[in-house]
Amino acid sequence: MDKYVCNVCGYVYDPALGDPDGGVEAGTAFDAIPDSWVCPECGVDKTNFEAC
Amino acid sequence: MAEIKKDIFWAGYIDWELRNFHGYSTPTGSTYNAYLINDEQPTLIDTVKYYGAEEMIARIKQQIDPADLKYIISNHTEMDHSGTIRDVLKLCPNAQVVCTQKGADGLKRYFKEDWNFKIVEDGEELSIGKRTLKFFHTPMVHWPDNMVTYCPEEKMLFSNDAFGQHHASWQRYADEIGIDIAMEAAAKYYANIVMPYGMQVQKALGALGTLDIDMICPSHGLLWRDKDNMNRLLSSYDKWSKYESDNRVLIFFDTMWKSTEKMALRLQRLLEDAGIHVVVMNLEHTDISDVITEVLRSKFILVGSSILNNRMLPKMAAMLTYLKGLKAKNRYGLTFGSYGWATIGFKEMEQFITDGGIKLLGDGKYYKLLPDEEELETFSEFVDKIKEVFETE
Repeated sequence: MDKYVCNVCGYVYDPALGDPDGGVEAGTAFDAIPDSWVCPECGVDKTNFEAC
Repeated sequence: MAEIKKDIFWAGYIDWELRNFHGYSTPTGSTYNAYLINDEQPTLIDTVKYYGAEEMIARIKQQIDPADLKYIISNHTEMDHSGTIRDVLKLCPNAQVVCTQKGADGLKRYFKEDWNFKIVEDGEELSIGKRTLKFFHTPMVHWPDNMVTYCPEEKMLFSNDAFGQHHASWQRYADEIGIDIAMEAAAKYYANIVMPYGMQVQKALGALGTLDIDMICPSHGLLWRDKDNMNRLLSSYDKWSKYESDNRVLIFFDTMWKSTEKMALRLQRLLEDAGIHVVVMNLEHTDISDVITEVLRSKFILVGSSILNNRMLPKMAAMLTYLKGLKAKNRYGLTFGSYGWATIGFKEMEQFITDGGIKLLGDGKYYKLLPDEEELETFSEFVDKIKEVFETE
């Protein structure tokens, strides 16, 4: 599963860790995250992320 | 005195009159620090807010002909620092504006012009003659476009908003006004501007920790020199960005008919009796920017409100919205308040507090209309919880 980087602030989503505070369990692939999810660091939506 | 080091000058604007910085109260004004390096390629690091153009340009003219400027370093797009780039460019139209890609994108959005940009990557170096400038990207400290500029020959870090304070003074150095005063201003600045970005600050401190620095030059307020003073500032930034705080209690509340205030004052007395440092802030009389400064320092926060039309009071909602955006962590809390007939507004208040990074350690104490003496005494249970947290955390 790819990691994804936020191109606004540089936060990296690591599927192995998920984003528990944001309601995303560890082991969740980026594509499986709901569209309502936002970058936990700067608040932008998923469209601002790319695989890295 | 404008000269900081040989051929390096402070060329900024002292904003003696500023009292409100987009909602952050600034009773002692502020400064916008622009720095002029008179090297073979004369360079200006950051500019000032739009109404400071004349003073800044006059200060530059005292040292050089502005037409000779080769570079304008824009560490940060926000208008208190970019506001007069255009005024300077009128005098040196061939100068390059040096910034991150996001910086250039932002400046084009703000000023609707395409300047002669020089985009710099993280770690990139620029020779300006006898000196080199090295740029470090610091995204989200505190905007996506931010970078800092380091001059190794001079051991100076031009940190832009990092380490800044809103304080207007004739003096330029923190030790000249008193380190305690400067640290207080730095704490308020951190709480209001930087607090959500602890992780990014930790990253930046890691990268900058390897540099040899003997002077920190922020874009607001006093400059820091002398190893002991800089260590005090850096270790505070380290502590704050790890979300560590002191064994102190902050009580903030709003009240309609003083029931909630009575509870706040009882809590204050019980904490005093227990020898615990307590600060009490009534939102009717206290600016949100001062409340958040206390949040920065306090491990335990007690929040109280009356219920109006089934909701928490509007000033409480404003404060908790502010807190939600500034995202504290590793803090604990409990709630209290009074109501007439419905308590659903308390659920909303509790949710906002939790979203703001404060972990509620138990049920709130909410009393109808006016609490009895026995009910006021039950607040000793809150104090017991606080003691437990302070002993174990």
